[in-house]
Amino acid sequence: MEEPAADNYSLKVLIADDSNSDRLILKTLLIRLGHDVVEASDGLEAIARFEDSTPDIVLLDALMPRMDGMETARQIKVLAGERMVPVIFLTSLSDTDALARCLEAGGDGFLSKPYNRLMIKAQVHAFNRMRLMHQTLTEQRDLIGERNRQLMEEQEVAKRVFDNVAHTGCLDAANIRYHASPLSIFNGDVLFASPRPAGGMLVFIGDFTGHGLPAAIGAMPVAEIFYGMASKGFDGADILKEINQKLKRILPSSMFCCGAMIEADFKLNQLLLWNGGLPDGWLIRASGEREILPSRHLPLGIRSADQFDAEMDVISAIPGDRLLMMTDGVLESRNSGNDLFGETGIARALDAGGRQQHPFDAVMGGIRRFTGLQGGNDDLTLLCLEMVDEAGFATLSDRSIPSALPGPAEWHCIYELREHTLNTFSPLPLLLHICMEVPGLRRKSGEVYTLLTELYSNALEHGVLNLPTEWKRTPEGFERYYQERERRLRQVDGHFIRFGLYHSLQSTGGRLRIICEDSGTGFDFQSHLACAVDGSPTTARNYGGRGLLLLKRLSKSLVFHNQGNCVEIVYDWHSSEISSNLVESQS
Amino acid sequence: MSIQTHRGDDGLSLVISIDGRFDFSTHQAFRNAYEHSDPDIQKYIVDLSETTYLDSSALGMLLLLRDYAGGDNACISIENCNNDVRRILSISNFEQLFTIR
Repeated sequence: MEEPAADNYSLKVLIADDSNSDRLILKTLLIRLGHDVVEASDGLEAIARFEDSTPDIVLLDALMPRMDGMETARQIKVLAGERMVPVIFLTSLSDTDALARCLEAGGDGFLSKPYNRLMIKAQVHAFNRMRLMHQTLTEQRDLIGERNRQLMEEQEVAKRVFDNVAHTGCLDAANIRYHASPLSIFNGDVLFASPRPAGGMLVFIGDFTGHGLPAAIGAMPVAEIFYGMASKGFDGADILKEINQKLKRILPSSMFCCGAMIEADFKLNQLLLWNGGLPDGWLIRASGEREILPSRHLPLGIRSADQFDAEMDVISAIPGDRLLMMTDGVLESRNSGNDLFGETGIARALDAGGRQQHPFDAVMGGIRRFTGLQGGNDDLTLLCLEMVDEAGFATLSDRSIPSALPGPAEWHCIYELREHTLNTFSPLPLLLHICMEVPGLRRKSGEVYTLLTELYSNALEHGVLNLPTEWKRTPEGFERYYQERERRLRQVDGHFIRFGLYHSLQSTGGRLRIICEDSGTGFDFQSHLACAVDGSPTTARNYGGRGLLLLKRLSKSLVFHNQGNCVEIVYDWHSSEISSNLVESQS
Repeated sequence: MSIQTHRGDDGLSLVISIDGRFDFSTHQAFRNAYEHSDPDIQKYIVDLSETTYLDSSALGMLLLLRDYAGGDNACISIENCNNDVRRILSISNFEQLFTIR
């Protein structure tokens, strides 16, 4: 009776049979096969033994006093719970109804009397295999469950870290509506928005290839670059270049980020858009007209810096115009018939919404109706940005954390840009940075930036490039203006723009004097000023192109020198003052 | 899904055909298709005539092939795409990187 080594395992087997002789035969056979045996002479006793000895396999006689095998099997299965304990009926029954009832009661198989040693060995072996397989599955399921719980916990922590880096910025602004899953970062979707120091805002919506950790890791530097550069006054194109270069460097070549950068300028009533690999953007005019804004660029992280095209499309847009941008999860939403929502879904939803419904609500409603999911798909991001009146839009300045250092008080610097650098480099972030070293000016970053921006764009566009402001008054001229600006910038020759910044302390605060001189021919500032100062709305608008009104309002004084190609402004800040007089002057 | 390769008529090009869905599950097979090809291959043709679907990970795989085939100097054409597949390639402006026919 030597057993092969492979079968050398020992099980605890419960035998319940009211026949003492049958029980003894079976017990002897099982002990010879190397198993431990627990005995019971009826169903009730079997349940008691099951509870106190937790056997691996139960062998039950079908017909027993006090409680029969079927009821016993039922109760044992309940007691075993998730544990797989094979219950094998010992029977001389040949009635198929009775056999079927044994299986329905929870039985896993039969051993027929009289016993055959080989059959018992094979059956116990087979049921043990099943028991072990079930045990392995249960363990693996529990392990997967536990791992998944850990993963979710880790994601939750990672998300908190990410939220600190990629905080929602100004996504809470009144002119923005959006939908993004709380854990969208692990779907590879990102959505950032930041006010610009001189007003207006920048929004970035992106979709990384892949899911989970790799996508989330790629999103971190994008958030850092976006918020860091946006707050320093860099424009959308510069930020795109930086993001592209960073992603090209850190991502494996099979990974990239489809994205769109939106720069909204509420002063000039224009949108700048760069779409690389995202679905079409939809511009819904206040008039109800719709324009499609397709992707014109490769996604971010594919092209090297020298081949990357960051040129943004200039779109004239008035208050009430709304821009819809989305990740491909919107188009890939599916209904129960597995059809795609697609572009036609968007168009239909917008049609259904008509003029009354907000396009964001129309599209979200369309997706919900289409998919039948109340919460919508979790793997999509949808954004709607509305153009607003600048006056109604409070820039979110004064957010910077004050520095503990006193900073410089008495200083001046001259910064001159020349030749083709005028085409390729904006000095504004640098100049703003220099001014922001003065704590008293830091609270006024919006105003200082506006002053620098207006002076610079005057000097560049009207001084160096000699572009007429009148063009910007009609939609056709508007486009011509920007095309011509591009063209003349590429050919700029023999020109300069020189900034002089002078700062000194005064009894109540400080004074910043900015002198901006360009190599252009100047202009007839006498008559322009006369018009601007008389202040009627029409003239103010006509000369708004030169930003003179804004400069005059923000500064203490504004003086032209030479032929109008040199502007000097004086800007005072007061240590007692906290609130921004920009907002006051606009209301 | 299956990936087949064969030599083009000129003997210098490798034709990779993708049957069914071109997505992450084809990653290994797609890599094997070009990494185990003859070193004298100069041109790659990705034949998508039997491809029903293409996702962003497939775009990533095409970029890997492009790197393998010499980056900016790679000679790769993507051929016979159906409208859905072509649309996905054009949203991402991949015609700037590949010849798409």
